[in-house]
Amino acid sequence: MQDKPIFFLQRQGSPYAAAFQEDAMIKADHLTRFFGKNKVVNEVSFSIGKGEILGFLGPNGAGKSTTMRMLTGFIPPSSGTAVICGHDIRNHPLEVRRSIGYLPEAAPVYPDMTVQAFLEFIARVRGFSGREKKRVVDETIEKSFLPEVRRQTVGTLSKGYRQRVCFAQSILHDPPVLIMDEPTDGLDPNQKHEVRTMIREMGRNKAIILCTHILEEVEAVCSRAIIIARGAVVADDTPEGLKARSRSAGTVRVVVRSGPGFDPEADLKALQEVKDVVVLSRDGGRADLRVYPAGDPSETARGIMQGLDSARHTLESVYVESGRLDEVFRTITQA
Amino acid sequence: MKNRFFPNVRAVAMRELAGYFGSPVAYVFIVIFLLLCGFFTFSISRFFEAGQADLRGFFQWHPWIFLFLVPAVAMRLWSEERRTGTVELLLTLPITMAEAILGKFLAAWIFIAIALALTFPLVITVMVLGNPDLGAILAAYLGSLLLAGTYLAVGSMTSALTKNQVISFVLAVIICLFLVMAGWPPVTNALTGWAPRWALDVVAGFSVMTHFTSIERGVVDVRDLIYSFSMMFFMLYATGVLLKNRRAS
Repeated sequence: MQDKPIFFLQRQGSPYAAAFQEDAMIKADHLTRFFGKNKVVNEVSFSIGKGEILGFLGPNGAGKSTTMRMLTGFIPPSSGTAVICGHDIRNHPLEVRRSIGYLPEAAPVYPDMTVQAFLEFIARVRGFSGREKKRVVDETIEKSFLPEVRRQTVGTLSKGYRQRVCFAQSILHDPPVLIMDEPTDGLDPNQKHEVRTMIREMGRNKAIILCTHILEEVEAVCSRAIIIARGAVVADDTPEGLKARSRSAGTVRVVVRSGPGFDPEADLKALQEVKDVVVLSRDGGRADLRVYPAGDPSETARGIMQGLDSARHTLESVYVESGRLDEVFRTITQA
Repeated sequence: MKNRFFPNVRAVAMRELAGYFGSPVAYVFIVIFLLLCGFFTFSISRFFEAGQADLRGFFQWHPWIFLFLVPAVAMRLWSEERRTGTVELLLTLPITMAEAILGKFLAAWIFIAIALALTFPLVITVMVLGNPDLGAILAAYLGSLLLAGTYLAVGSMTSALTKNQVISFVLAVIICLFLVMAGWPPVTNALTGWAPRWALDVVAGFSVMTHFTSIERGVVDVRDLIYSFSMMFFMLYATGVLLKNRRAS
């Protein structure tokens, strides 16, 4: 978003605020929320367009869920506002809710209803009736992989299925905006994969906000990530952009097996493409090292492969690190 | 977007009602209600011995039977939603707070109306045995329904106050007890000696008893209807205020 033309507004206050696009589907504008004296959400602003999947990242208690609750109208903001699909959340809350599908953090569903009855209730409230209601419920059940349990009482379902039922109600009316708070919480790896694939699919013509503290989810699904800590936005970038900020980005990771008496650290440092070497671990003749390049990382990698004396050392693996999100996350949120 | 008030209220109410009858608790409640009514009417009021062709001996117990049974129905109205988190789902759907509150309230009221309607064998009995004033009986049923509605609205408010159903129940019973006692001779007599006439009237006016007993006798006074509906409106409005302010927890 940093390369947008200058005639788009650049909001003050948050140095990371994205330019406010005219075609944005979700525009948060200095959303703030107090709980008593606690400023739980501090002037959060961002802008998301169609086709974007935004990862809303942050440590627990950072204010992610509270921000989502303000966007969906469950909690009113103390100050600031947001515009979703052209409707202001303070003036037209009902229109906003019609355009949104919301999956709350606890994935709440009515335990005494069957899956079918629950989705029919949601469909009715969303304005569907008669044959169209039946069609939309059937389609949603298929899309959410729920046909085997459609007649089962929700309270008897496992956590994974209950999550899927709540997910189903959020996509039932095919809303242009999806807000999902921890959508894969408590799911096993297979289910996580399924849900993430579904979200990526939907992301193509919707605007989606994904609230999570699972970093691999952000890398797997999101086109953009905002990191929020202690209520404020501290980073707003693509996942690749964020990873590039980590200290290990652009370094070359080398695993080498050395003959007796030979020191890989010294031999690597001697190469001209290498600026510095740090030993990560050593196990007998095998060493895992991080090499800081003097110039281009791939030049350094080539240099290592060609320059390291094969009589003394055997290279087991060489690769250029793209950066680690958890490092960036830790650095930024603990600053 | 056209007005969705009635469809939304209906959708919420139907969901809630289906929930009542989907669990054995509803049936247990109805059986207990009917047993209590029967017990009080036949054993305590001595219906048969009294030999009167009216159902006063049945209706006079309703304020007391409802005092405990209606809060039991109302206690799970909002406490359960807040406890399981479904309130977050319900209130982020495209329905207004009023539609949600009214829908749930109506469902509970309809449920109690069904329980009341199941006392029809008593009406048949008195019609077979004598020549009762049916108009008075119908009026009394209306009064009973309004009484239940008032208690229910109080219970709706207390259930929005807390996530704990037991606290909701106890609070509702206490408030409804106050509403009953306010017009009771022991209370009004205690005030007669020294309090000004208007104070007496205000306190007595709060009571359900003064309004209920007159309807029960067959006289449907507009003021009694106004009382019931304004109490219900006030309590349901308070429910909304409580829900709005306590969302964060």
